[in-house]
Amino acid sequence: MSNIKKLNSKIIKDHGLSDKEYQQILSILKRKPNLLELGIFSVMWSEHCSYKSTKKWLKKLPTTGQVVICGPGENAGIVDIGDDDAIVFKMESHNHPSFIEPYQGAATGVGGIMRDIFTMGARPIANLNSLRFGEPSNKKTKHLLQGVVKGIGDYGNCVGIPTVGGECFFHKSYNKNILVNAMCVGLVKKNKIFYSKASGINNPVIYVGAKTGRDGIHGATMASSEFDDNSKEQRPQVQVGDPFIEKLLLESCQELMKEDAIIAIQDMGAAGLTSSSFEMASKGDCGIKLYLDKVPCREEQMTPYEMMLSETQERMLMVIKPEKRELTLKIFRKWGLDAIEIGQVTNTGKMEMFFNEKNVGELPIKPLADLAPEYDRPSKKSIKVEKNKNKKKKGILDVFIKIISGPNHSSKEWLFSQYDSMVKCDTVYSSEESDAAVVRVNGTNKAVAITCDCNPIYCESDPKLGAKLAVAESWRNLIATGSKPLAITDNLNFGNPEKKEIMYQIKEAILGIKEACEKLSYPVVSGNVSLYNETKGKSILPTPVIGGIGLIKDLSKAIGLKVDKGDALYVVGKTKGHLDLSVHNQICEDNTGSPPKINFRDEIKNGNFVFNFIKNFREYITGCHDISEGGIITSIAEICIKNRLGVIINIPTNIEHRNWLFSEEPSRFILSIKDDENFLRIAKQNKIYVKKIGEVTGKNLKIINELEIPVEKLIKYNKSWFQNYLRINDDIKTK
Amino acid sequence: MKKKISIILFPGSNCDRDLENAIIKCLKIKPNFVWHNESHIKEPGIIFLPGGFSFGDYLRAGVLATKSPAIKELIRFAKKGVPVVGICNGFQILTECKLLDGVLIKNTSQLFNCSKVNLKIENTKNNFLRNLKREIVEYPIAHSQGRFFIDKDNLKKLYDYNLVAFKYSSPKGDVSEEFNPNGSIDNIAGIFNKKKNILGLMPHPERAIDKFSSQDGINFFKSIEEFL
Repeated sequence: MSNIKKLNSKIIKDHGLSDKEYQQILSILKRKPNLLELGIFSVMWSEHCSYKSTKKWLKKLPTTGQVVICGPGENAGIVDIGDDDAIVFKMESHNHPSFIEPYQGAATGVGGIMRDIFTMGARPIANLNSLRFGEPSNKKTKHLLQGVVKGIGDYGNCVGIPTVGGECFFHKSYNKNILVNAMCVGLVKKNKIFYSKASGINNPVIYVGAKTGRDGIHGATMASSEFDDNSKEQRPQVQVGDPFIEKLLLESCQELMKEDAIIAIQDMGAAGLTSSSFEMASKGDCGIKLYLDKVPCREEQMTPYEMMLSETQERMLMVIKPEKRELTLKIFRKWGLDAIEIGQVTNTGKMEMFFNEKNVGELPIKPLADLAPEYDRPSKKSIKVEKNKNKKKKGILDVFIKIISGPNHSSKEWLFSQYDSMVKCDTVYSSEESDAAVVRVNGTNKAVAITCDCNPIYCESDPKLGAKLAVAESWRNLIATGSKPLAITDNLNFGNPEKKEIMYQIKEAILGIKEACEKLSYPVVSGNVSLYNETKGKSILPTPVIGGIGLIKDLSKAIGLKVDKGDALYVVGKTKGHLDLSVHNQICEDNTGSPPKINFRDEIKNGNFVFNFIKNFREYITGCHDISEGGIITSIAEICIKNRLGVIINIPTNIEHRNWLFSEEPSRFILSIKDDENFLRIAKQNKIYVKKIGEVTGKNLKIINELEIPVEKLIKYNKSWFQNYLRINDDIKTK
Repeated sequence: MKKKISIILFPGSNCDRDLENAIIKCLKIKPNFVWHNESHIKEPGIIFLPGGFSFGDYLRAGVLATKSPAIKELIRFAKKGVPVVGICNGFQILTECKLLDGVLIKNTSQLFNCSKVNLKIENTKNNFLRNLKREIVEYPIAHSQGRFFIDKDNLKKLYDYNLVAFKYSSPKGDVSEEFNPNGSIDNIAGIFNKKKNILGLMPHPERAIDKFSSQDGINFFKSIEEFL
């Protein structure tokens, strides 16, 4: 058998363990590990599972608050939304697998995050995703885009959970490392939350779901190293998804959760049976005996090593009350799923693994977690080389058209229509119709708003400020739907942390998130770290994606991008005209300078004003939109396009037209107002700076003394990019 | 006494709750769920087949569902004249078990398509659509295998017997290729059987009953009262 194989330094290295880490293993075990045990150490101590490079910094994040029921450390974070309801949510990356096999990589990313949510007893109510691809002209980009979008769609559509929003961004730094971050939001009754803490000596440990195959072995280790030219050879490490089994698992678990049967439950995600069993035992401070020959296998002659490390999808591990054993098995049988007792809880504090009655491995549980490596990696700010030689002067109209017809800001209808955004009939707004998606809490008059945000260009220049701006933007997007921001999940995507410059980005970004979240009383309740997003030494842009959740107590107050003819348009917040690193400057090939500064006092003041105005005077306001990438003109164009209505805009006199139109400074909103008099009065009472910029009228987007374009033409520009880029599909359609 | 409403439930159904809510909201009746492997339906009333992915639909959509005991029972009742409505996956199942003519194949785009579409009501001389009150309605669609196809002879039969229920159209009722979301022949979105006790349609009226969506679905369910 393979685990008798002698361990040599090559095997240890192939498992991604350093010499020092191996020495640590020897001192924990006081003997040499066998191959199975070494494999377990390697996945449990991988960056993906142990957070060894980031733990030191992540500990600093604010994770508590009035609404927080469960912070980081469980499968997902949980916040209180009043009555007996709670929201469970998390975002997780599936970057490495999605680059190697985009369809399956993205699909299983969605499947994995949904299991994290329903493991806790919640019913998933919405999926979102944050995608980053390479340059459109890169020969792999189109294939990756098509595969990822189809993978996300097919999985969520089949399980029947609406995909309500997300973002999609192209940049050359992602040419060889795309990002697929999937977010799931679930709804649970506060007294029906399930956790992963095992207890009760001799209680049965039940395996449920898909049969174990050889797929995904060492997936967690793959996600913890850089890519090279041979990345395709890692294809067998990508898991294969089966959304139908996920659906069966979801429904059967929900049925079982109504019975008083489950003591602990944990999905088998990264590092499969290993991480789920260790997690449950470690949380419960107990031990587990596993009889691996009982594990349902899809393939013949699977070894204990393969079973413990397989990342086959759609599986759960649970500890059940012994008297409910028969009931449990009956429910899973009804749904046609394999459910089998593969072990018991013990009081030994050890994971004991048997195969055909032979002890094949034995590991102490606590030390594996407590003595896991934790690094304080050195960091250093990289010296920025300012290149400004190619800077091009371009006309305002030219830049504007390039923005709304370019890959990053054109209509995402092509992607979005592939996702079932309406199933379950609670989608009030998808993120296409509002600054954040708004989903009703089924059977109530409440709704949650959900958004994911990050501007990696800002983060590259100043990771701390960039992260603050990302947090603030998610906060603002939630406000712009009429919701009160509650909490965030973060998905930190970076390069190789062993490089000082990358470690600097990681550290600074986390500190930026910390500061912004503290200022905004907006705690971090769950998160995920994806490092080593590098190929041949080239890293992605630092991309700390922020997933935010807000609460709308009265659904009738929810607001989107809608405007009516005759409405007055107002900007809340001052526009100073900062253009460095804006989309405008990128189009002019100017990459110098820093992101706009953020003043949290203004952010909070303006945000609270808009929130309260929507809440108390909903009848005076038709629509609300934040100002972000592309500036005021882009926000206005989006409003025109969504409503098929024209506007006339007057640029204030005290500022350069270009700066006013394209500046991306934070803390600003555009409001579409029905009652000027009352609005101005209330703004004045609250000492808020507001400026009337024009009104909704006619069929053109008209900016006085600058430009005038028919809205129908804008719509065409806005739709054209994806249509042209994916023309292959149109060819099929016309045949 | 009011008749009953049954919804046949497959493990991969995912619009069953939406359908249940719509029926409760519009008809004030709580439907009974019939699990796919029940071989006996006692008192079917009106039978609904909900949207979703019955058995994963890895083969042709709906084909595995035709083998389930509840569908055999449904066929027996349908032939006796019991009213049956299949929405989306339900329509696919009805064509797969030959209760309705034609087939539903992959959309021409080869992609899943979720969007709001307008439908022109082609025939109101039947119990299902008699009280629809409007000529054009807006329901969402969400499918990847919704392209209705039928050979020429049978298409002619559909028209001869007035069996086309809905066609994809513009908001003003213009039935043209521009408003065809999936490549269906003649923009056909829903059809009846000859006896007009069976209706299949790809769009989802149950998704059009709320303040924040089109509310055109309400009348679809209300008009079914005709059978009750």
